[in-house]
Amino acid sequence: MECARAGLRVGVVEPRVPGGAASAAGMGHVVVMDDSPAQLALSRYGRELWQKMRAALPDSVEYEQRGTLWVAADGEEMQEVYAKQATYTSIGVSSQVLDEKALAQAEPELRKGLAGGLLVPEDAVVYPPAAARYFLDEAIALGAKLIRGVRPVEAAKGIVRLQDGSALSAGSIVIATGVDTSLVPWITVQPRKGHLVITDRYPGFVHHQLVELGYLKSAHKLTADSVAFNVQPRQTGQLLIGSSRQYGDAEHDVDNKILKQMIDRACEYMPRIRDLSAIRVWTGFRAATPNKLPLIGPTPDPTVFLAMGFEGLGITNSPAAARLLADHLLQRESAIDRDPFLPAHVFRGESAHA
Amino acid sequence: MPEKRKEVLVQVNGMPVTVPAGAMVSAALLQSNAPCRSSVTGQPRTALCGMGICFECRAVIDGVAHRRTCQIPCREGMVVETMQ
Amino acid sequence: MSSQHWDVLIVGAGPAGMAAAAAASQGGHRVAVLDENPAAGGQIWRRGWNDDEHKPDAARQAQTGKFVASGATLFHGRRVVAALAQGVLETWNDAENVGERFAYDKLILATGARERFLPFPGWTLPGVFGAGGLQALVRNGYDVRGKRVAVAGTGPLLMAIAAHLQEDGAKVLSICEQAPLSQLVSFATALLKRPGKILQGLSLRSSLRGVAYRTGSWPVAAYGAGQLEKVEFTDGKRRWEVDCDLLACGFHLVPNIELPALLGCALEDGCVRVDALQRTSVEHVFCAGEPTGVAGVDAALLQGEAAGLMAIGLTAQAQKLSARVASERGFGAAMEKAFRLRTEVLQMAAKDTIVCRCEDVCYGDLKALADGQNTWTDAKLQKRCGMGPCQGRVCGPAVEALFGWKNASVRPPIFPLPISALSSEPQLRTDSNSAALQEIQ
Repeated sequence: MECARAGLRVGVVEPRVPGGAASAAGMGHVVVMDDSPAQLALSRYGRELWQKMRAALPDSVEYEQRGTLWVAADGEEMQEVYAKQATYTSIGVSSQVLDEKALAQAEPELRKGLAGGLLVPEDAVVYPPAAARYFLDEAIALGAKLIRGVRPVEAAKGIVRLQDGSALSAGSIVIATGVDTSLVPWITVQPRKGHLVITDRYPGFVHHQLVELGYLKSAHKLTADSVAFNVQPRQTGQLLIGSSRQYGDAEHDVDNKILKQMIDRACEYMPRIRDLSAIRVWTGFRAATPNKLPLIGPTPDPTVFLAMGFEGLGITNSPAAARLLADHLLQRESAIDRDPFLPAHVFRGESAHA
Repeated sequence: MPEKRKEVLVQVNGMPVTVPAGAMVSAALLQSNAPCRSSVTGQPRTALCGMGICFECRAVIDGVAHRRTCQIPCREGMVVETMQ
Repeated sequence: MSSQHWDVLIVGAGPAGMAAAAAASQGGHRVAVLDENPAAGGQIWRRGWNDDEHKPDAARQAQTGKFVASGATLFHGRRVVAALAQGVLETWNDAENVGERFAYDKLILATGARERFLPFPGWTLPGVFGAGGLQALVRNGYDVRGKRVAVAGTGPLLMAIAAHLQEDGAKVLSICEQAPLSQLVSFATALLKRPGKILQGLSLRSSLRGVAYRTGSWPVAAYGAGQLEKVEFTDGKRRWEVDCDLLACGFHLVPNIELPALLGCALEDGCVRVDALQRTSVEHVFCAGEPTGVAGVDAALLQGEAAGLMAIGLTAQAQKLSARVASERGFGAAMEKAFRLRTEVLQMAAKDTIVCRCEDVCYGDLKALADGQNTWTDAKLQKRCGMGPCQGRVCGPAVEALFGWKNASVRPPIFPLPISALSSEPQLRTDSNSAALQEIQ
């Protein structure tokens, strides 16, 4: 959409279903994430672009400014609440500290005795597959072409070869294939498996996107499997219950052991979740990079650009990444520093076969 | 004709309803002309398939929402409510 | 064999499952039968609350007699929700809120069929039911005495359902069968080779004396203010209205293939692929009855028996049934042909007619997606079609008939469950000393 808007002639190759992979599997949490300065800057920029788009988004995208509520279980986590608030304040992201009583008022279904939390009111919830489709439809309306149902097998030197033997030529090729690195095998992107459960409709059960503060601790252990309390209210009244992170399991099958841990964790924070009806359980894969930052920008092949490796922040960062990428292609200035996301950082001197 | 059958008394939306012993909750709702649920766009719905597959017969039973009434037998004193 | 395992586990206690249980129990094999309904018999033979008021069905009595005598253990009220590795099924009991596991050496899938529903204006009104749906609800205690009922749709069951409703005190006004008379006549001619089926038909016809049976007719719309008041029908030339309290409408049957698909059984034309001895593509897993292709109760009984024999290694005996199985499946194919859907019933829905009842997705929304590229997955992701708790069991077959999109994905749990069930460690059921065994004779 960004490229089409900038007046470029765009073709989009989608072998399967637009928005049908990580977008369909993810939660759809638009969140400013403070785990590194670069991620903080990118996710804040992403959220800002979402807010600017808000009026234009179709209802199907289900954009709702629910706010993120980071839940602190004890005094130690309460200290993190203050640290987190200081970080947010430093880049102009507003937040509010809640004490035990205010937390219970904000989310009555949380168990008693939690220490408090940090509310980030401008974070939002969207429905990612509809958002992906909206971006695509906007691009198509501006003249972009969708080439669907055929798999690209090679992308280099201005040519994309498709499985049916045909080829497309382009001045610039953008690889945005999530965990699938078959077109750029020299890139290391690890699939990091996650589980989600969706419930039937229980309007008003949860009001904000709830995430335990322990989340950052567990989400960023690069090796061990982990679960965290993470519950999202959908516009439909349904709840999405997460989250789990696993490496080294490339199977789509539900892992009952980690699912049980994830559910038990959710029930620890919100006991009455136990009685809700779960209508589906599924898994998906986050595209994790070695430096925990997405890859946005040029590669040694001057015709090939990357926009991948967003881990769990794909939907938050998608508008920002698109803007940065268009800036690269058009040699425009960017609103934030794009250097931390340059693919060159992960090449580590290895020669790409350009 | 058989002898008089045993009956079960349940409450549907606050009104007493008598059904034969062995009847499912769906029968009590249909007997009292109460919809099981309000659809996501607010239409009244009642059971469709009668065999636990369509989920149209979901209602609130003893305070628990989304119960399939065609699969659950009536018990004396059960409180059934149309699900909004 | 370990005592933790059932020698043979059967899913479904309809005619196919009961016949399979009777056959597999020979020689002292430990056989368990799981069924999601409150009693055995399947949708066709399941006993209702007032069963003693009905005329006895000889075939049912004979089969249930064999089943009870077989010593197989029936676990009713159990819905299979997931399949674990190494031959374990996980079940959920909705009424008791408890999960259990069943380990097996051999598995027989006899999961039956469900009605196909097709959307038409007003089909979501209270008072409009499935045809088999209304029959099941009556069996579950709904009193229809004195109610004026219109029956519509397609399939050989419409007449049987009308007869049952009449027996239960309803006033059946008419039966509208979408298939044209010419198709039904050639089917009836084929029936001449099967006197038993003609007798069944004749007895139905006599109990429906005075009820109009209109072929080549289908519903246009159902009307009513919050409750059904009348149905408009057409035969393509003229239209007429029927004032009624209830409409029982179903368009034949679709096989329940979710569990076989979850287990990895190969499918063919929407049915489970089996060889002449009821073997699926998965080792140690057999399938019998409607999931292999809707062919009715006689086919189910024979296939069930063959599967039961195969499961305990009596291949030669099972082989003796093959010819009769093939013949009954031929009957099923002829039936499918006779009752195939005419194009007009695929055009009943208006723009604002709801197709997906869980999520209230309208026909017009889906029609707009039908561009030749989009798929069932696009309909799910973009319009929420099939995303509700029925997991596409109702709208899936309708959408397939209307737009050709196939619902491909089957994921555990294959039925909604309480969240607590996802975190519990279900007990392994190996015994029969529980209240599970229910008298069904």
